[in-house]
Amino acid sequence: MYTYIGKRLLLAIPTLIIISIFAFSLQKLLPGDPILAMAGEERDPQVLEFLRDKYRLNDPVIVQYFYWIGSVLRGDFGISLRTNQPVLSLIAEKLPVTIQLAVMAMTFAFAIGVPIGIVAAVKKNTVVDYIANIVALSGLSVPNFWMGIMLILLVSVKLGWLPASGYEPFFRDPIRSLQTMIMPAFVLGLALAATLMRHTRSSMLTVLGADYIRTARAKGVSERSVILRHTFRNALLPIITMTALLFGELLAGAVLTEQIFTIPGFGKLIVDAVFNRDYAVVQGVVLCTGAGFILMNLVADVLSILLNPRMRAAL
Amino acid sequence: MRANPSITTQPDRIAGIVGPVLSVDGLTTSFLVDGVWKSVVRNVSFEVMPGETVAIVGESGSGKSVTSLSIMRLLAKATSRIEGSVILNGQNLLSLSDRQMRDIRGNDVAMIFQEPMTSLNPIFTIGRQISEALTCHSTMSQPEARAETIRLLEKVRIPNAAARFDEYPHQFSGGMRQRVMIAMALASRPKLLIADEPTTALDVTIQGQILDLIKVLQEEEGMAVLFITHDMGVVAEVSDRTIVMYRGEAVESGPTADIFHRGQHPYTRALLAAVPRLGSMQGRNWPLRFPIVDIKTGETTIPIEVADTVDKRKTPILEVRNLTTRFDIRTGLFSRKTGAIHAVENVSFDLFQGETLSLVGESGCGKSTTGRSITRLVQPNSGEVLLDGYNVLNLDPIALRNMRKSIQMIFQDPFASLNPRMSIDATIAEPFIAHRLGTQKQAREKAVDLLERVGLSADMFSRYPHEFSGGQRQRIAIARALSLDPKVIVADESVSALDVSIKAQVVNLLLDLQQNFNLSFLFISHDMAVVERVSHRVAVMYLGEIVEIGPRAAVFNNPQHAYTKTLMDAVPIPDPARRAIKRNTVTTELKSPVRPVDYEIPQRAYLEVTKGHFVQQ
Repeated sequence: MYTYIGKRLLLAIPTLIIISIFAFSLQKLLPGDPILAMAGEERDPQVLEFLRDKYRLNDPVIVQYFYWIGSVLRGDFGISLRTNQPVLSLIAEKLPVTIQLAVMAMTFAFAIGVPIGIVAAVKKNTVVDYIANIVALSGLSVPNFWMGIMLILLVSVKLGWLPASGYEPFFRDPIRSLQTMIMPAFVLGLALAATLMRHTRSSMLTVLGADYIRTARAKGVSERSVILRHTFRNALLPIITMTALLFGELLAGAVLTEQIFTIPGFGKLIVDAVFNRDYAVVQGVVLCTGAGFILMNLVADVLSILLNPRMRAAL
Repeated sequence: MRANPSITTQPDRIAGIVGPVLSVDGLTTSFLVDGVWKSVVRNVSFEVMPGETVAIVGESGSGKSVTSLSIMRLLAKATSRIEGSVILNGQNLLSLSDRQMRDIRGNDVAMIFQEPMTSLNPIFTIGRQISEALTCHSTMSQPEARAETIRLLEKVRIPNAAARFDEYPHQFSGGMRQRVMIAMALASRPKLLIADEPTTALDVTIQGQILDLIKVLQEEEGMAVLFITHDMGVVAEVSDRTIVMYRGEAVESGPTADIFHRGQHPYTRALLAAVPRLGSMQGRNWPLRFPIVDIKTGETTIPIEVADTVDKRKTPILEVRNLTTRFDIRTGLFSRKTGAIHAVENVSFDLFQGETLSLVGESGCGKSTTGRSITRLVQPNSGEVLLDGYNVLNLDPIALRNMRKSIQMIFQDPFASLNPRMSIDATIAEPFIAHRLGTQKQAREKAVDLLERVGLSADMFSRYPHEFSGGQRQRIAIARALSLDPKVIVADESVSALDVSIKAQVVNLLLDLQQNFNLSFLFISHDMAVVERVSHRVAVMYLGEIVEIGPRAAVFNNPQHAYTKTLMDAVPIPDPARRAIKRNTVTTELKSPVRPVDYEIPQRAYLEVTKGHFVQQ
């Protein structure tokens, strides 16, 4: 098992290098000159030249890359051109927000999507199944921002139950924190729930057709146990993988949702950085989310191995 | 084990005292297909007495499995309809509620299935799965259930039962999994056991063990068995009475010996005529076609004798010398080689023009890998293969392509080996066009010609594989293999997946083609009876090595190697008179050809018993 994880971590290195090259070349590919953006009104060629030298923009691209990656490896992601804060502390500030949002959204997605998926599979080709499918399709089709705005209108403006926006760190005031996060998490989770529901349904249907389910029924096991113990436990494997991958995507931030609910997460950070040509931040965030995604992939694989006795034994 | 099983299982005597365990009357099962109810079992009636074994025999699509699933009410409710009555111990199962039926299943009647590899839940330990059968019908406590499960595992002769309680299904071989299934079925001491093709997926030596186990357990537990099978040999070995099913109807039923010796219905006779019998080739030199019985009239066509096709004057068309193929097993962080599967080890043989050499053996013996190594579908480690002038193992990619014109393969599964999106004319013409042997028009003409030669009509030309039956598809695969005018055909289990009557026809076709095209066959099969019928020479493989090779008559009449003898003893004989004969209930498993890195390959010597008949020392 540890050998396997070690091997996978080694394999992650080339992937990370490719991501870093990609993140680095963003600044070369995107239109606009960061020095001009930084200098603002200042157009003195000497000043611009000084800045170029300071940020090593006159060196060959390859050399620049190694300077950058070298400092990244030492934990220095550079300084935000806009706020003058170290990029690392910016990321450290936003990461808990994004993780909290992702965990809550995923919880909603799982709690809604999986049970509906199970029911739809068991009641295949009945009214229940059709309704579940229609709901899932709507969940996928309704745009996040519209859903978010409607929720704010209803829950916050009309009913006044929850705050419309803002953010409270979880460890400072957990209840307030949950209150502010519940709506954005629900909006995000709903679309994912639809994906998970479809996935759960097809996974359940595959397992329901398996020979060992027939064996369980022939044994006289109750239908409830056939569905939940024998079928669902097996169907869970691909669902777990899917969940971990979706979670990885959530870590990249949810731009629209964060904007609507004014949550200071990764999504907002990267959008602001892109608009301000704040390349150090863009690079740092891209690298971080890339690493997060790789990590979640690994988690997905490890989980599916742990849940599968056969794969467990092979390691 | 009792000395004389016939006393305890005498059905007639018991029938006088008590009624039948199971009485099926007018059973009709229909499936909803595209909104229309189609009956797949029609008006089937039979009874099973206590302690009796009744076999339902038939080919695929005969409705035999559907009958058993109808009795258990295991068919999907929304798309199936069961009519008639199924009386078990005086209770009509078809009128019970779902809940009541659940109490019956696994309690009064238990079932074992064909696929031991997939019939156990992969994520639960086998101990847990067996004890579940105990706990879901009674208020047994966990420790009690555990003790009882271990007793059951011992009863089905699983060695080291207590230690294996917490193991998962993948840690068991196919035969052992079937034992686990049987243990599970026996858990609540059912009055009736339904065994649906329980040995079909198993190797022949393992099949013998499982059949014997079922017989012994039946005596010990005194239960009735309803045995579903397609194999007449198995029927003869296990059953007191037999029901022959054909296209959803029970066409004939009666005591097994009567069915075998005095079968009335043409289908019964056709079925029996097509059954290959081990030992039926005594005194014959050449392969023999199967007699074909017309299913409508019952008339038998006596097979035409085949001619002597083997030409031993020329050099062999295929020479294999010291062929060795191993698959490395790598583990650990840096994928270090920790062992190897010695799939083919030092295999040598010749194949002459017009000759059929059969490679026989059980799963994992390397017979298929040998075929694939010769065609270079897998890369052998060492050895020499000379085929029609090509030195096969030293060919560059272009020469390899050309070499493939001389050797073609036919595979086991006729459903998976044809591309579903290619019409059959395209399928058959493809090799011809790929090798640029002529124009599209010529390819098409050739395909039509081949189609007719394999017994299909030319107007089926533009159809797609799904429109054909399994036997027809195998004919198409044969036509495709022939489109390059090969000299050698490697037939890898090519008739194994076919029904008996279809199998007989395809074997006859292969013999015809051998004569017409002067083909050499490397016939890879686990089915000893078919092998005896088709081959000129036979090679027996065991753990990657040939342990015995020689003329068919010599190997079958005078087997020398212990493994060859075991293999032949295990083949079920379609003769009810031999029913009382039991082999032994010793539990053995197939050995594995996985060897550690430092494994020293033993030096083998072969002894020539009679001319051309060699046996490994």
